[in-house]
Amino acid sequence: MSNVGGPHRLVGVLALQGAFVAHERALAIAGANTRQVRQPADLEGLDGLVMPGGESTTMSRLLTTSGLYDEIKALLSDGLPVFGTCAGMILLASEVLDGRPDQRSFGAIDVSVRRNGYGRQVDSFEADIDVVDFDRTFHAVFIRAPKVVRVGPNVEVLAELDGVPVVARQGHVMVASFHPELTGDARLHARFLQEV
Amino acid sequence: MTSSTSSPRATGTYPVKRGLAEMLKGGVIMDVVTAEQAKVAEDSGACAVMALERVPADIRRDGGVARMSDPEMIEAIKAAVTIPVMAKARIGHFVEAQILEALGVDYVDESEVLTPADETHHIDKYKFTVPFVCGATNLGEALRRISEGACLIRSKGEAGTGNIVEAVRHLRNIIGDIRKVGQADSAELFQWAKVLQAPLPLVQEIAETGWLPVPLFCAGGIATPADAALAMQLGAEAVFVGSGIFKSDDPAPRAKAIVEATTHFRDAHILAKVSRGLGAPMTGIGMDEINQRYAERGW
Repeated sequence: MSNVGGPHRLVGVLALQGAFVAHERALAIAGANTRQVRQPADLEGLDGLVMPGGESTTMSRLLTTSGLYDEIKALLSDGLPVFGTCAGMILLASEVLDGRPDQRSFGAIDVSVRRNGYGRQVDSFEADIDVVDFDRTFHAVFIRAPKVVRVGPNVEVLAELDGVPVVARQGHVMVASFHPELTGDARLHARFLQEV
Repeated sequence: MTSSTSSPRATGTYPVKRGLAEMLKGGVIMDVVTAEQAKVAEDSGACAVMALERVPADIRRDGGVARMSDPEMIEAIKAAVTIPVMAKARIGHFVEAQILEALGVDYVDESEVLTPADETHHIDKYKFTVPFVCGATNLGEALRRISEGACLIRSKGEAGTGNIVEAVRHLRNIIGDIRKVGQADSAELFQWAKVLQAPLPLVQEIAETGWLPVPLFCAGGIATPADAALAMQLGAEAVFVGSGIFKSDDPAPRAKAIVEATTHFRDAHILAKVSRGLGAPMTGIGMDEINQRYAERGW
């Protein structure tokens, strides 16, 4: 079993908007218990947090109005393990290009990302990628995906597509440009649970 | 120790088309007719906008033939916002859909709100890279649209009325029948396929998974935060709001409140808070006052 660190841990899934139910399914396959997070009280007792795909501008707004932003910021500073995919990666990045001026992100991982960097929906695509330490390729679905345009010196790149990082990690923070929650392959979720 | 991949990229596939619908879940898609309205929608937390020339309430009032919007207007809306932009094509009007795809819209709504171009055939949606959303009033209609390649279904409701009653009827039709199919044994599924006039494999898939193969959103008649939360509690996975926002007295606060209500749809305290002081909603009309039911368009 690859997920020795994490079964039966309680992982929150940010459920303000987006593909949070799909993440709950993937986390369940990887052996974790899950809880939807919409308000600060939902953060109580979590071992980890997932930020799903969806619209980052919508989530950014709802993070503020729900009072979750400051609470999550504090938990991330305390080392809460977090996994962000697509919009979730945008929320965790230290720099967001082509975002809205009022868009907030946690700056939890030292990467710069360009929103919709791979283009609009007609340019969205799927492709097989190699991930460090995985024995076979991972099928990745990119939907209006953000593109990593810079990684800091302390960021470990776990996968690239045509020379561009698509999975990265810095300490307890892991991000992916694509949607591992959509394909039924829970290996990246299991990898995240090792940190939890 | 980075793994670098140079892999062929496949666009316009079913997972890619359906994937964007997954990303819109829990959100509000707002009808807009100008770039300014699109900005208000994005500022208010819309997860996407639907670009069209007239909101359904105005189409209903003005009458005449309602068509795809002017590309110039769609381009202006695309330029104004960073969120996905959808646009409507007439039922069966595959050339309008081709034009919308060429414009780079993110989703095409083959919509009964526009005047149908074909009274027998819907668009063959498999021929497109851009994904399609279609309306449905019942499970059979939803499955026929999915069998034509729709990657997202919305309950039709009755657009431009500000009256939620038809949306509730259609959601209950669709979700109620999903529950019944889930209870059927394998022999009964053949009869269900016949009754629903839908492909057997899709009926069998619903029996197995307990849900549609694509997401189900609600449209047609949402005017208040409570309406949005009602649709979500009934089982819709996101909401479209057409005339309800920009035909109200004060669109921005209402748009924000509907976004909050769609996220916190089960929390009555939050719903009470966000429903306060929004000004007058669109007036709305009763079903016995209308002479054209858009929901009857489509087959």
